[in-house]
Amino acid sequence: MKEELEKRIVKGPDGVEFEVEPLQDYYCQEAPTVMPAAYSKIVEGFFNWARSESLWILGFGTGCGAIEMRPLMTPRFDAYRYGVQWRPTPRQSNLFIISGYLSVKTLKRVIRSYEQMQNPKYVIGLGSCTINGGMYWDSYNTIKRLDQYLPVDLYITGCMPRPEALLAGFVDLKKLIRSGKAEGANEYAENFEWYKANQKKVINDWDMPDYNW
Amino acid sequence: MQFEWIQIPYALLTLFIVLNFGLIMNAFVAKIGARVGRRHGIPIYQNYLDLIKNYGLRSSITHGMMFYLGPVFRLTGGVGLIMFVPTIYGSLMFSNFSFSGDLILALYFIFFGTLGMALGAGESGHPHAAIGISRGLSQVTMAELPLALAIFSIALQYQTLSVTEIVAAQQGGIQNWTLFTNPLAVAAAMLSFLGSVMRPPFDVVLAPQEIPIGPPTEYHSSYLALMQTNRVIYPIAKMVIFMNLFYGGADNWLVFFLKIFLIYMFAVFVGVVFPRFRVEQSIRWFLIWAVPIGVLAVVLV
Repeated sequence: MKEELEKRIVKGPDGVEFEVEPLQDYYCQEAPTVMPAAYSKIVEGFFNWARSESLWILGFGTGCGAIEMRPLMTPRFDAYRYGVQWRPTPRQSNLFIISGYLSVKTLKRVIRSYEQMQNPKYVIGLGSCTINGGMYWDSYNTIKRLDQYLPVDLYITGCMPRPEALLAGFVDLKKLIRSGKAEGANEYAENFEWYKANQKKVINDWDMPDYNW
Repeated sequence: MQFEWIQIPYALLTLFIVLNFGLIMNAFVAKIGARVGRRHGIPIYQNYLDLIKNYGLRSSITHGMMFYLGPVFRLTGGVGLIMFVPTIYGSLMFSNFSFSGDLILALYFIFFGTLGMALGAGESGHPHAAIGISRGLSQVTMAELPLALAIFSIALQYQTLSVTEIVAAQQGGIQNWTLFTNPLAVAAAMLSFLGSVMRPPFDVVLAPQEIPIGPPTEYHSSYLALMQTNRVIYPIAKMVIFMNLFYGGADNWLVFFLKIFLIYMFAVFVGVVFPRFRVEQSIRWFLIWAVPIGVLAVVLV
């Protein structure tokens, strides 16, 4: 654990000494809970329709697949037509595209970012590396199966998939959301221990709280 | 004019029309930008969907009391502004509560939302938010100065602070508009207008490429939805004041939509032509170009 995260005694400017435990004091330790859908089925259907037509992607490229997301903004592919936009902050985005191989070091950042997104949130695994490790299947520092660490709603296969495949993926994801099957955030909350155990198995320098609100 | 209860539903109706017009106009402007880039761009109803989605998110977290109140203050600024100016001249239905507020109140409301936002985003504790706020407050303060000078000039010219009376004085033909009777004040105010609509060259506050999104970095779900609502209402409320003070007001909704759209397109055109200013550049720009025009307008009136 990093030195600045350890429990220590701090002397204030007025001479009073007090104990600081950063992981306890600066972060909320509470585990995520399952968020129920809206009371009425019609309302939830309406919200799901709006959610499916307004996908805000977190601008976070983990591997080589990130290069396939850029052309989507250009006149040739123009993903804005489908209600897809890019947001710079995890708080405002609700779709996380894991674009390609995921090294253990990046996985840590991905988990932090994913947990800061608001329920409901969706994950797309892009490329073969997220499914079985792809060409990195015997690498010592990449993960092989993404769905052991995060709840994945949809995979887009290929190495690398072309931007058209991504567009087709968005259309499929919309169908999933509209039918109410894209409940990744609640799955994550339900199987929280299992996901955390898997994550901690590969991340050796775990120096963050268990859940990043 | 006296207060009557029926004015409350009338004012809400104004708000409803303005909100819908703003959502569609913003999408329309985005679509124009997309077509210039040979894209199709967002659907015309996209802003509605984004708004519904953000109100419909299931979870939201807080960073404290002011974090809650920030978006509320911001929305109060926009709604308050539109409540105290007459949207349609001569219409009893759409004059809102303009009889009980004057130009000075409007000036306060223009700044109110920015301050609320600064307090709210400050409590989120995100460094990008802090950078965005310090940039935003300094730039908006500077942009307010020429506007305040222009409003003083106009108040002197018409010898009143009531928006309704100023609109009344401009009726009877295009030559009576303040645009032609006091062009210096209009020039100062329009330059100031550029600084407050968050379009280039004065959009360094949000600066999506540098400090991801500035003050609202930590805002999400319904907080963000409140702010999106305000981002629709507030610029229009401000343009309503401009339209009333400088461009002869509007006596029906069609003229209203047209004038608001054209005033907004002024900022859009400037934005697509000029690249982004840094904060110290934009402050210097306002000091050198806008403030002297404002001073001249006050002196010469």
